[in-house]
Amino acid sequence: MTAARILAERSSSLRRGALTLIIAAALYDTLARSGYFPQALTPTLPTIAHTLFTSLADGTMLLHAGATLYRVLIGFGFAVAIGLPLGVLMARFRRVENFVLPLMSALMPIPSLAWVPVFILWFGLGNTVSVLIVFYAALFPMLLNTWSGVRAVNPIWLRAAGAMGANEHALFWKVIIPGASPFIIAGLRQSFLRSWIAVIGAEMLAGSDWGLGWVIFDAKEFLDADVMLASLIVIGFIGFAAERLVFGSIERATIYRWGMARSARV
Amino acid sequence: MQDVVQSRKFAAASAHDSHPFWRAWRNIYPFVVVGGLWEAVAHLGVFPVQFFPPLESIAAAFARLTISGVLPHHAFDTLIRLTAGFALAAIVGIAAGVLMGRSRRAEDILLPLVSIGAPIPGLAYAPLFLLWFGPGNIPAIALVAFVSAFPVIYNSWTGVKAVKEIWLRSAQAMGADDRRLFRHVVLPGALPYIVTGLRLGLAQAWRILVAVEMLAAVPWGLGWLIFGAQEFLNTDVMLAGIAVIALIGLGLEKLVFQPLENFTVVRWGMIT
Repeated sequence: MTAARILAERSSSLRRGALTLIIAAALYDTLARSGYFPQALTPTLPTIAHTLFTSLADGTMLLHAGATLYRVLIGFGFAVAIGLPLGVLMARFRRVENFVLPLMSALMPIPSLAWVPVFILWFGLGNTVSVLIVFYAALFPMLLNTWSGVRAVNPIWLRAAGAMGANEHALFWKVIIPGASPFIIAGLRQSFLRSWIAVIGAEMLAGSDWGLGWVIFDAKEFLDADVMLASLIVIGFIGFAAERLVFGSIERATIYRWGMARSARV
Repeated sequence: MQDVVQSRKFAAASAHDSHPFWRAWRNIYPFVVVGGLWEAVAHLGVFPVQFFPPLESIAAAFARLTISGVLPHHAFDTLIRLTAGFALAAIVGIAAGVLMGRSRRAEDILLPLVSIGAPIPGLAYAPLFLLWFGPGNIPAIALVAFVSAFPVIYNSWTGVKAVKEIWLRSAQAMGADDRRLFRHVVLPGALPYIVTGLRLGLAQAWRILVAVEMLAAVPWGLGWLIFGAQEFLNTDVMLAGIAVIALIGLGLEKLVFQPLENFTVVRWGMIT
């Protein structure tokens, strides 16, 4: 295929994609305006846009997003701070692996959100519950990926580095960590994705006064479908930005630069 | 999830030479340690017994609810919801994904919609679904289906696209018509990906179903059991419910995910 043809095909794809979105939006808008459904349940697109714009302009939406991000980052940070070293220890020491692995296999199949009522009882409503739920959700992918990543480091590299006189310290920082990095980065990404889902659920169930999940759930009481849809847009946008911009650039700066193929599955 | 499988093979191989008793003990002793700590904390009365019940009262709650049939009823309803939602997602997802993989027009039309819907956590739609469909089973099943459809669509699409051009051409050269091409080349070629998608979709459905049950105020279901028990400070009932959730999750992993993986990887000799 010639370059011109690929270009033409791509632009026609783009055109069709845009057309789909426009048609879908138009269909939704006519449905919303038809009065077949109550206006409160299916707000028109200009209403949603207006709500989104005003809540962004007066800062409430930003505060909600900030509260959610704060919870995610704290829980996710703790999960990485514990999951990463523990995963490395598990892969390096049999004894640690024998202890942690059975517990992990028992706890992992429990969805993090199942703990919400228990944590509410133990810690009361508020930030602690959401942060802990995020921590629970993010811990296992981090642990699992680090552990398999360190074990997947090619033994030949270890032996070669050892033969060239690398000590434990150099071996760890120069061989094991870079070697395990595709898995570790996949783990970070997966953990963040899980945290992002968990925080929304936790905020709905254990809602305090701020947070995107809480806004959506609270809007249900007042039949504010436009607020719900506006918050959904913000949630999707943040998730998308984190996935593409943050983790994409981490990947480019590390494993692509080091010339390691993406061997880990996300 | 593949990592877990690999690890298990590794662990099994390494423990192969030791006695079965020691192998079992190795898996049990972490639970003995954690259980012992739990018992100690519960009996020392650091926290009120209501909030931090000892293991025997959790077991008693478990036995009591199982014998009276309450717990099985909750578990059954949860499983029905999971199956119904997931079946819906599998049918729609595979159809849409295969269509997208086979037809450029369908791909152009559906891909933007899928890419916009996928990054939003499914649970965020829950209040919207509740608003539109009212509380109960319909929004719960619809939401589970909606959430688990994305990985199925995405993987089926990738799988159909990953079918080697040369297989298609050689089958065509040997005179296969469209239907045979689809049944004997495209579908088997894409199946490992489709199965991966189904597995991811089911895992995702399982992760949100419990939360959906809490939000949707369904009459029965494990999520509702836990959430309802919170009102009455029945921590033992909540933890018994979580134990059942863990058992079902383990069952899904052992009886569904692993056989599916072995089925595709072993039978087709492909690594998904």
